[in-house]
Amino acid sequence: MPEALQDLRLVRLTKRFGTVAAVDDIELTIPGGSFFALLGPSGCGKTTTLRMVAGLEEPTAGAILIGEQDISRHKPYKRPVNTVFQNYALFPHLDVFENVAFGLRRRGVRNVKQQVDEMLELVELSGYGPRKPGQLSGGQQQRVALARALINRPQVLLLDEPLGALDLKLRRQMQLELKRIQVEVGLTFVHVTHDQEEAMTMADSIAVMNAGHIEQLGSPTDLYDNPSTVFVANFLGQSNLVRAAVTGVDGDNLLLNVHGNRVVVPRARSRAEGTEVLLGVRPEKLHLTPVSGDATATANTFTGTVVDTSFIGVSTQYVVRTAWGQEVTAFAQNDGKSALVPPGDEVVLSWHAEHGFCLDASEDVTAGVVIDDEADVRPTAGARS
Amino acid sequence: MATAVAAASSRVAQPAKRSAGGAAWRWLREHLVVIYATLALLYMFLPIFIVVMFSFNNPAGRYNFTWQGFTTKNWTNVCGVPGMCESVTLSLKIGVLSTILATLLGTLIAFAIVRHRFYGRAATNMLIFLPMATPEVVMGSSLLALFINMNVSLGFTTILVAHILFNISFVVVTVKARLQGLDPRLEQAAMDLYANEWQTFRRVTLPLVFPGILAAALLAFSLSFDDFIITNFNAGSQTVTFPMFVWGAAQRGIPAQINVIGTLMFTIALVVTLAATLAGRRRAHR
Amino acid sequence: MTTVPTARTATPVSPAPAVRRRRGRFLPYWLLLPGLAWLIVFFVVPMVTLLTTSLQTGDPFNGYSLTWHWANYSDALRAYHSQLIRSFEYAAIATVAALIIAYPLAYAIAFKAGRWKNVLLVLVVAPFFTSFLVRTLAWETILSDNGFVVRMLRDVGLLGAEGRLLATPIAVVCGLTYNFLPFMTLPLYASLEKIDPRLVQAANDLYANPFTAFWKVTWPMSMPGVVGGTLLTFIPAAGDFVNVQFLGAPQQQMIGNVIQSRFLVASDYPVASSLSVVLMFIILVLVVVYIRRAGTEELV
Repeated sequence: MPEALQDLRLVRLTKRFGTVAAVDDIELTIPGGSFFALLGPSGCGKTTTLRMVAGLEEPTAGAILIGEQDISRHKPYKRPVNTVFQNYALFPHLDVFENVAFGLRRRGVRNVKQQVDEMLELVELSGYGPRKPGQLSGGQQQRVALARALINRPQVLLLDEPLGALDLKLRRQMQLELKRIQVEVGLTFVHVTHDQEEAMTMADSIAVMNAGHIEQLGSPTDLYDNPSTVFVANFLGQSNLVRAAVTGVDGDNLLLNVHGNRVVVPRARSRAEGTEVLLGVRPEKLHLTPVSGDATATANTFTGTVVDTSFIGVSTQYVVRTAWGQEVTAFAQNDGKSALVPPGDEVVLSWHAEHGFCLDASEDVTAGVVIDDEADVRPTAGARS
Repeated sequence: MATAVAAASSRVAQPAKRSAGGAAWRWLREHLVVIYATLALLYMFLPIFIVVMFSFNNPAGRYNFTWQGFTTKNWTNVCGVPGMCESVTLSLKIGVLSTILATLLGTLIAFAIVRHRFYGRAATNMLIFLPMATPEVVMGSSLLALFINMNVSLGFTTILVAHILFNISFVVVTVKARLQGLDPRLEQAAMDLYANEWQTFRRVTLPLVFPGILAAALLAFSLSFDDFIITNFNAGSQTVTFPMFVWGAAQRGIPAQINVIGTLMFTIALVVTLAATLAGRRRAHR
Repeated sequence: MTTVPTARTATPVSPAPAVRRRRGRFLPYWLLLPGLAWLIVFFVVPMVTLLTTSLQTGDPFNGYSLTWHWANYSDALRAYHSQLIRSFEYAAIATVAALIIAYPLAYAIAFKAGRWKNVLLVLVVAPFFTSFLVRTLAWETILSDNGFVVRMLRDVGLLGAEGRLLATPIAVVCGLTYNFLPFMTLPLYASLEKIDPRLVQAANDLYANPFTAFWKVTWPMSMPGVVGGTLLTFIPAAGDFVNVQFLGAPQQQMIGNVIQSRFLVASDYPVASSLSVVLMFIILVLVVVYIRRAGTEELV
């Protein structure tokens, strides 16, 4: 039965390299016993933050606290924190048993063998004790790295993109494994990743980081359904972002004018102030119906022409050019109820009011668009307006 | 489109009719490099072959240049030549001592260069590189000039000093190469797992660098044992190392036992190196 | 900044303890001190001493004094310039010969050896586990007047009936070439080994025949090894005197022989030192020029 775990707090934590602030004055409280993800693109400062918590980087300013204890200036070997490194960093000259036992031995613990055997069983590597890291597969090495860190029952376990080197299928498997282990062991896990799907699958709460600061903090559903910045809207999944003018307020709702179309958005889902906003709707929330069919003639609709149709199997992805020339994306689930709409057809796009959100119009509409070799290019709809 | 395909196919090598002579010629051309390399290796081993062979020679006169007859008496009576075995012992002593000290000094420098930041990096690199670029005559004669000017008597100590000197650079280069290949994250992982700086060094860094240090020590030992020119300048008249003995013998008379020592040196070093290489290969592929 | 609202206020940051960092900051200097001190005392200082000795006058009986006698240099060069030039000639020829022998060998090991790379490398270095002097003596045996090589050359007619190989420049250069082969082979190998063979395949794909592919791709990329190897061969070869002693005659004397005899036999320290300084200076100049032109920076 794990004792009551204390929260990890980052207080005004800053790390500067020369004039560049890799981590800029961030504030964060991670509840003890939770699975927390630090999500962001490469270079956003998430790894630097992790290393500062581990003690491998010294903060320029700010404090790191576990409970009430300030560990900011403590050496790594004095912190109740352990790390699972990105490339595993297993000691090549020691076998698996000694790798896992390393931390215990340094602390002078007695019944090493029993604890190591139990831990190897937990990560499903019983009997691998005598082998050397060089003889293991990537997935096995990863589990040894995990065992090596976990066995010390740290207050906080840090994971630095530990699944990055694994192939897709193995990664999915390990994501579930890690979550299961965390629940079973009950420790605080802080997981750094650039893969938003991974973060949403595993984490209880996520902090999205960008350029050294935190864009938004919350549960996966909070972040996904109600993003507070363009970056989060684009980085998690995809968003269609459209410029809109605020025309008035009606009770709990905000009334918008989108190029002549009437749009209603709940005020609780608007982060913007001012007369101009960015209206956001996720592609899977857009219903696509051919013009000739029965379209709901309510607010929150606009018409357009299908420019591209991609049948993916699970769904069909449509690119639709609206009446005012902007291209938006809509996902239609392949539920067998409706036929494919070919390019060239006129369609009506509609969504429920509670699925829309408003963001500050002064933000860069392309922020958070992920373009890298491994992921797909996900353009934001607003970019071409 | 069709023309491109046609053009491409015309460039494809057509294995036309070849005569048997042509096939042999082609085989020769493909394997030219390998044949050349084999010849080069044979050329390199030719003197060794002579050394070994003539260790079994029964020389008629003072010099061991023509084959007279087979005998094993050189091997059974290795120390029969006055002064030779003493010179070998002396070379071994100097070798061991200079290796230990040079390896120690050089390893410290290598760690400083690879793991730390400090002022005067460029000057340090130059200071380490220059001894390797200096001809032995110059280095030996400069040390001699120093010893003469300081009125230091030449002998064991001056030889030792000289050997440590030229070995430091080689040790630095060898250890540095190994140390640079060491992932610093391993040491970070050790500290993350409650090892303080000393424990990290002892349990992670040192074991992983050790092959490089060992290689440097072996290199230093062989350079020291085999050194002639610098030793010649700094030994004075009384101290005789093995290479100096051979030099003197070349004028006085070359006993075949010299070949025995040469063969022994070669065999021991070859066995040790081959064993280490094969052991390393087996470890990596297990 | 978005935060999860917390009831607790942040604790003030404590100032970083200065002591720990300061001690760590001087650590590299402590590590460097013993070795560098040794190098300075026994390498740099002797070089200076060599310079000062070259400017002294005197003799073993009455002692030497520093008189800034620059004439030592002109005397030495006037007397021994032919040996000096000869040294560089022999060293150059030996270096080129070593390059011709070693390059295909290194190439074969790097590209064609596969699993046997390490064993072959050991074999390349193995002959040189024997003492340098013993090896050279072996060459004296091989090239001796009644030896197989000389007899064969006489039979074939390349040598006269009384022709010798020993005591000729050919023998000396042969010895020089042989003795420094590993110094040529290993850097070449190290450089060639780093070349991705797919680059050559790419060249072939782009219509280069094997020779052009080598000349345009492999050779330029092996340049660092060529530079390293030629330097490591030329420098010791230029200063060598053992090969001449065993394989040559006084007509083939190199500058190394002169320095050695002037120092140890004649005790003519000023002249000997000046020759040493000249040799070192020329080598340094050649090294710098060569490196600049060939474009490699990383030496150590």
